[in-house]
Amino acid sequence: MGAPDTPLFVRLSRLLKRWGAHPEGHKYPAAGTEITAIPLPALLTLPLSQHVGAPARPVVAVGQRVLRGQLLAEAAATISAPIHAPTSGTVTGIAEVPVPHPSGLSGMAILLAPDGLDEAVEFHGADPFTLEPAEIARRVAAAGVVGLGGAAFPAAVKLSQGQRTPISTLIINGGECEPYLSCDDRLMRERAPAVVDGARIIRHTVGAGRVLIGVETNKPEAIAALREAAAGLEGIRVVPVPSRYPMGSAQQLISWLTGLEVPAEGRSADIGMLVHNVGTAVAIHRAIRFGEPFTKRVVTVTGGALRTPRNLEVCLGTPAAALVEFCGGLVDTPARLVIGGPMMGIAVNTLDLPIIKGTGGVLALSAAETGARREEGPCIRCTSCVGACPIGLLPLEMAARIRGGDLGASVDLGLKDCIGCGTCAFVCPSKIPLVQYFNHAKGELAARERSKLKQDAIRELAEARSARMEREAREKAEAAARRKAERERAKAEAAAKAAAAAAAAEKSASEENTA
Amino acid sequence: MNEWLMVLLGTALVNNVVLVKFLGLCPFMGVSRKIDSALGMSLATTFVLVLTSALTWVLEHELLAPLGLGYLRILGFILVIAATVQFVELVMKKNTPELHQVLGLYLPLITTNCAVLGIALLNAQEGAGFVPSVLYAFGSGVGFTIALILFAGLRERLALARVPAAFSGAPIGFITAGLLALAFMGFAGLTNH
Amino acid sequence: MLGAILSLSLLGVSLGLVLGLAARKFRVESGGIEAELQALMPGSNCGQCGYPGCAGAAAALARGEAAVTCCPPGGKALAETLAARLGVSLDASAVAEELPRIAGVQEEICIGCTKCFKVCPTDAVLGAAKQIHVVIREACTGCAKCENTCPTGAIMLTPVPVTLQTWVWPRPAATPSPESVLAGAGAGA
Repeated sequence: MGAPDTPLFVRLSRLLKRWGAHPEGHKYPAAGTEITAIPLPALLTLPLSQHVGAPARPVVAVGQRVLRGQLLAEAAATISAPIHAPTSGTVTGIAEVPVPHPSGLSGMAILLAPDGLDEAVEFHGADPFTLEPAEIARRVAAAGVVGLGGAAFPAAVKLSQGQRTPISTLIINGGECEPYLSCDDRLMRERAPAVVDGARIIRHTVGAGRVLIGVETNKPEAIAALREAAAGLEGIRVVPVPSRYPMGSAQQLISWLTGLEVPAEGRSADIGMLVHNVGTAVAIHRAIRFGEPFTKRVVTVTGGALRTPRNLEVCLGTPAAALVEFCGGLVDTPARLVIGGPMMGIAVNTLDLPIIKGTGGVLALSAAETGARREEGPCIRCTSCVGACPIGLLPLEMAARIRGGDLGASVDLGLKDCIGCGTCAFVCPSKIPLVQYFNHAKGELAARERSKLKQDAIRELAEARSARMEREAREKAEAAARRKAERERAKAEAAAKAAAAAAAAEKSASEENTA
Repeated sequence: MNEWLMVLLGTALVNNVVLVKFLGLCPFMGVSRKIDSALGMSLATTFVLVLTSALTWVLEHELLAPLGLGYLRILGFILVIAATVQFVELVMKKNTPELHQVLGLYLPLITTNCAVLGIALLNAQEGAGFVPSVLYAFGSGVGFTIALILFAGLRERLALARVPAAFSGAPIGFITAGLLALAFMGFAGLTNH
Repeated sequence: MLGAILSLSLLGVSLGLVLGLAARKFRVESGGIEAELQALMPGSNCGQCGYPGCAGAAAALARGEAAVTCCPPGGKALAETLAARLGVSLDASAVAEELPRIAGVQEEICIGCTKCFKVCPTDAVLGAAKQIHVVIREACTGCAKCENTCPTGAIMLTPVPVTLQTWVWPRPAATPSPESVLAGAGAGA
């Protein structure tokens, strides 16, 4: 570990950081269990939209047999990600199925019936340090790797972004601050060399000088394992960070590790930082070294209503119910089912939902864990939320404006910088669903933006139409005028001819007369 | 000098035109939803107050008093005030469109404002001199500005608060105005010292 | 008596004269607002507002006759822009945001008469004589002109289905009623 120690000003700046909350960890017993693979289910459901951006476009036909690693759907836009077959089998349908989404709506998915042979296409690995950075980004994009910290933003887009702006520091995010989840913890403990190798590949790709791996102090085994794996490697340092929610948010981790802050409405790259999750690092390592597309991930299955909580490695598309069943099923009727973490995950009604790229956990929480639901009370202006907000916003004021229908005023207060972590709602003594107000406002603003774009497009269409109508009318009038002129000319000619004929006849008559 | 300062202070705070004299209540309730518009309104009112108090002083002392037509004061004042405001608006629209954007919207509203007429009538009743009259009007304008902007700020906050349905809207506005007036009563103590 | 009448009349007449002259001298060519509003409108002249086209609606808005929420294709976004431009306060939640509807063709009964695409103000209907027509969803404003002109009822408006891409978190509904707030305060006291 050749990197210098944490500078004094960074350590001093930490004293001023009082944001966040300390929810009960609940990491064990799941964090104590090894990652186990589970048998293939009868049917894999692969939603086309497992990432931020445009849904993928299917390239297979119903009834077609596919091999493990074969491309099923290609990226449909710059910000999109392809989807590959997690095993060999037959495509039985492309249909609308329930997907894990807060709306509870259905989405299009490719249905794949595994044949149990698990035949694979040929994978082409390479030595990453002989590859051009652009080629690495291309391969990562082709492998369908997305950010596994929860946002599911296509990883390659961030890699190529790093090529446009200089990146000084690569931060590998091993915060895993969500309670209950321990999939990243297990990954760091069991596959530390892969994490470190993934970090080296990303560093090579974006040309960053140093790598900081931030891990919360509640994972001492992970820190030890990573330190061992990184021993002797220049410029890679494992830094323990305090266990506090939301330490695993990119902006919070950057500010804690480096003392720098991401500017308002800006990106990490603006201050030369790039943050990738440990799971993403492992996926990139697999994609480059072995040429494997991203088709499997580690999922924490836990909760008080579950018999044996554990960490499972599952194929994408496996129904959550299969995971719960593998863990011995439910011992109790769960008070709440959650896909993802308890803070930012999605509360669902059914476990008949597939595991997708961004799914880190399946939680079956008992009534004792969720606590009695209380009705939203009035805001008592205690400003707990202001102290808790990791970004330093004023959640109570923003929510009041959104409630009053003044979305513009909430944007003025920094709504766009809200990361939606839910800390404010967690600490609110009146149980005001603050984060839902912000999610609503953000969605509403995006919808208005969309409708404005549509309106502009429609205006253009309407103008084009009226221009066309005018032109057509003009052309019609011109054609009519031309025809009329022609008719007149013909008439005139005919008349002239007739006159000439008459004149000639007269002439000849007179000649005859004279003759 | 000191006396003039007292006039200013007295009219702006102690005898606040809105909260103590209860003049100009319509714009006070009507144009106090947003601080921006409240500021425009109060600037326009101050401007008109000063202008018309000067004009009505001239009217009173050069025309009505010499002819012994004191009983036509209200009629004459309204006539002059209304005509002046309209004239100023026309000129402003033509020559300073920027200023018209800020104040123009409010000028016609002020034409028959009771604060404007009231200050002019009070000046005439007191038989104040020209400079004190104008100063008195200016002080009243400042008082109007203070009251309106304070109230607009309160109402902006009220709009976000959860007011019981029976009180939401104008009722809570009136209650707030009453409390504000009560608070301004506190300035009455200033004059005794 | 006579003095009073004379002096006031003189005052009134002279002030009136001054104002009349001023109105001529300081005349400002207006009408800018109407053009400005018209530029904000969708421009498809669909007639859903009840005025003759977007120009008519802009004129009505400028005169203060039409509500800023009169334009359904413009929706909430346009209502807000108009309200800001006209200096009117708009309660965004009061805008009855009806589910947006767009046209769709029922292929079985479309006879390919081309009537609908002739009336479409945004060229959103595509087709040719004796061919089944289709609607380009992105270009449709839901003005219902086609629906009204279709001889077989093959083209009709249907609500736009909410998809994963267009879904928006609902506003938290649980704003406590004043009664419960008062009851809570009473219990606390």
